[in-house]
Amino acid sequence: MGVMKRVSLVFKAKANKALDKMEDPRETLDYSYQRQLELLTKVRRGVADVATSRKRVELQMNQLQQSSNKLEDQARKALGMGREDLARAALERKASAQTQLNDLQVQYAQLQAEEEKLTVASQRLQSKVDAFRTRKETIKATYTAAEAQTRINEAFSGISEEMGDVGMAIQRAEDKTAQMQARAGAIDELMASGALDDAVGGSRRDDIQSELDMMSASSDVERELSRLKGEITASAPKQLEGGANGNSQATQSQPQSAQGAQDQGGPYAPPPPAPTQAAPAGIPVSDLPAAEPQDGEGS
Amino acid sequence: MIVRILGEGQFRVGDVAAELNRLDTELEAAVNHNDEAAFGAALDGLLAHVRAQGTPLPPDTLEPSDLILPAEDTSMDEVRKMLTGEGLIPG
Repeated sequence: MGVMKRVSLVFKAKANKALDKMEDPRETLDYSYQRQLELLTKVRRGVADVATSRKRVELQMNQLQQSSNKLEDQARKALGMGREDLARAALERKASAQTQLNDLQVQYAQLQAEEEKLTVASQRLQSKVDAFRTRKETIKATYTAAEAQTRINEAFSGISEEMGDVGMAIQRAEDKTAQMQARAGAIDELMASGALDDAVGGSRRDDIQSELDMMSASSDVERELSRLKGEITASAPKQLEGGANGNSQATQSQPQSAQGAQDQGGPYAPPPPAPTQAAPAGIPVSDLPAAEPQDGEGS
Repeated sequence: MIVRILGEGQFRVGDVAAELNRLDTELEAAVNHNDEAAFGAALDGLLAHVRAQGTPLPPDTLEPSDLILPAEDTSMDEVRKMLTGEGLIPG
């Protein structure tokens, strides 16, 4: 016997078994109708569950895409700083994110197909349930229990087959959703571990980013350092002068001594050791520009 | 004759039993030989034949089907379970 016939027999056996349980065939109608309504609720919930799962996958796809973009950015920056090793690490991570993304795209399409199938199944079941309800009322109003048997069997077999079909569809959708959730959970974990940087979360800094930040921070420090050195070189004469007339009270008499130094700064050539000696005083000196105008107005 | 494709709905088909049986025999042979590729090809052929030759039944009919076919993306393993009648058909 072929597959088709065997599958139909399995369905028929199922329907007959349910029918045999009922003593009054008309009882079957009401009982079956209750089951149909329950199944309708279940299939609608199934549609909602698949949709939720699909949205979660969509969210992860967006996160992975952002992550991938960010990693490419990092690779570009790293290359710009001459760090090919760092760029390579970022691109390797990007490739891994991209693999996950491609995988999710396939899953997403499957979930979408599953959602559509279940939606259509729920509409078809709704039509059949409505038809069954009408048939049920007619049978109950028209026939005695004995007469009704054949018609009830027909209606019942028809709806029972549909219920089996829809039940299987729900089962498959649930299985797919469960698989998907396990996978989504794994990707969430991967993102949380920083292996695929979660560009959206932002709570965790990945090592590539921190190295890039460190490099750019150290270049900031270098820039600051040379700026300060420049300032000190410019104001070096006053340091000497200030040292001469008030180094002991340097902190309290800074403004005056600084102005004095600037006034008289011109004629004096800056002595070589000045910058290094002045280094500790560098911080107060950098306050000078703000203090100067006041002083200028005062005098 | 009414044929149901699981997950898809019912079709009324004319006198195509001979061709359906031929394809169904192929399908069964594939299941018996554990040949997933032949199984997929035979199932696709069967479904395509029913869709091409059949007219979809309106959704509010309550007629039982004469033959029932697995859904198009059913695996061989799922069909085996279906044939034993255990687990796959809820309720």
